[in-house]
Amino acid sequence: MADSRSLYEQVILDHNKKPRNFGKIENADAEIEGFNPLCGDHFTIYVKMEGDRIREVAFDGAGCAISKSSASIMTTTLKGKTIEEAKKIFEAFHQMVTSAPDAEFDADALGKLQVFSGVREYPVRIKCATLAWHALVAALEGQTEEPVTTE
Amino acid sequence: MAVDTLEQAESSTLSLDVEAVRRDFPILSRTVHGKPIVYLDNAATSQTPIPVIDTIRRYYLEENSNVHRGVHFLSQVATEKYEAARRRIATFLNSPVGCEVIFTRGTTDGINLVAQTYGRQHVGAGDEVLVSHLEHHSNIVPWQMLCEEKGARLRVIPINDRGEIIMESLDGLLTGKTKILALAHVSNALGTVNPVKEIIARAHERDIPVLLDGAQSAPHMPIDLKDLGADFFACSGHKMYGPTGIGILHGRAKVLNAMPPYQGGGDMIMSVSFEKTTFNSLPYKFEAGTPNIEGVIALGAAVDYLEHLGMDNIAAHERDLVAYATEALREVKGLTIIGTAKAKAGVISFVMESAHPHDIGQILDDEGVAIRVGHHCAQPVMARFGIPATARASFAAYNTRDEIDALVRALHKVNEVFG
Repeated sequence: MADSRSLYEQVILDHNKKPRNFGKIENADAEIEGFNPLCGDHFTIYVKMEGDRIREVAFDGAGCAISKSSASIMTTTLKGKTIEEAKKIFEAFHQMVTSAPDAEFDADALGKLQVFSGVREYPVRIKCATLAWHALVAALEGQTEEPVTTE
Repeated sequence: MAVDTLEQAESSTLSLDVEAVRRDFPILSRTVHGKPIVYLDNAATSQTPIPVIDTIRRYYLEENSNVHRGVHFLSQVATEKYEAARRRIATFLNSPVGCEVIFTRGTTDGINLVAQTYGRQHVGAGDEVLVSHLEHHSNIVPWQMLCEEKGARLRVIPINDRGEIIMESLDGLLTGKTKILALAHVSNALGTVNPVKEIIARAHERDIPVLLDGAQSAPHMPIDLKDLGADFFACSGHKMYGPTGIGILHGRAKVLNAMPPYQGGGDMIMSVSFEKTTFNSLPYKFEAGTPNIEGVIALGAAVDYLEHLGMDNIAAHERDLVAYATEALREVKGLTIIGTAKAKAGVISFVMESAHPHDIGQILDDEGVAIRVGHHCAQPVMARFGIPATARASFAAYNTRDEIDALVRALHKVNEVFG
């Protein structure tokens, strides 16, 4: 297994320390909780829409460096994207973190999200990396009644 | 080698020869990520010494057969070893006269057995089942399920900020409605040793039976069930140097006899017809089906091993490790120990300002240091302290002060990465 310095890229450490779009959006169009019962990571995602476009997205809560930085980079990546674009990015992201460590991935579609490619070496951390994303996708699909869990 | 070690341990009544103990656990000499392993996850699963490994090997090489069934030689050998292990375990627990040792899959299985038999028989609508705020999920959920089924109420003994049971609250919680008290002997999440003898005595004053969850006490201190007087005591083999999938439930014969069976099947019957089945006598009534024979025999060997080391010696050694670690962890910036009870055994839980427990565990793994991170199947304990998770180092007879120093060095690395 790789040294976990390959997991904790500088960008990840930076977003962990200074998460972007961290806080509640008042009058959000959608608000959904995501939690990982195994480790207690717990976030709330807030989305404000403009038509089918994400005008604002933010999060609060607590979790490990991987889940927190993933939520943070997710918000910076998806702001201004349409629902369809957001889902495509999530698909590419999900495919990357769940693929074999040497598999190729769509670098263009992923942009900054490539920093999470190290997660592929650590299967137990996949749920950390995808927690906020699962919650957001559920919110975009209008499933906000039940909290999203990784189990 | 193993035999020599046992003799050395026996001859030294004052303390453990830890280096000799370590030689009995071959896994401790392996490396992880190129570094010597520092195994501090003993509250989850302890490692297995050569005498126990040899016992399992010998069983399959020379003794494997079914128990209580055959007239042939091997079946008699297996049966004899199986029952000999039961007697050794009874001695190990200082089981009083009139009590029985029942083999289970583990502590969880033992607690479920009691909840589903004794519990269903005695707990009714409006009754109460009492647990503490320190319990592992396995000593909460079976009772919660029972209460839901029966319309009963689960009540909780509160704990203070040090993670100790608030004894003053007992009078109000042990009432005429309380049908059973289910209590951890030692907290798996914080290491608190509960004053169980006093609590059991107070429950018994009101004729309330007590189940002790001994998963975290049996490997770390002498267990004297005659002295404690617990009505039920459950523990797990894999936390006491034995294999996984085997555990012990200890109870009074009179109570066990009056309980309905847990599972039906072979071995637990006297006679079966389509009209009526007569159940077997104790302990077989609660051991349906072919049991985990090599698990039982190996657990017997594990108990022998614990006794050779000496439970008082193990307890003293681990007390030293907890005291040393408590002091050593002070020098790690931003680290807070969760659970500061006066009486603690084998466990130190902590959080750090710079990093989430998951990230702590990841960096420590790079250094070969194995700890547990998460809620430790004790979410109510985490909620009580307002945290989602902790990092937990837990000790065994083979751990050393050097390993705690390695833990501290690895924690400094956590601060370097995340600080």
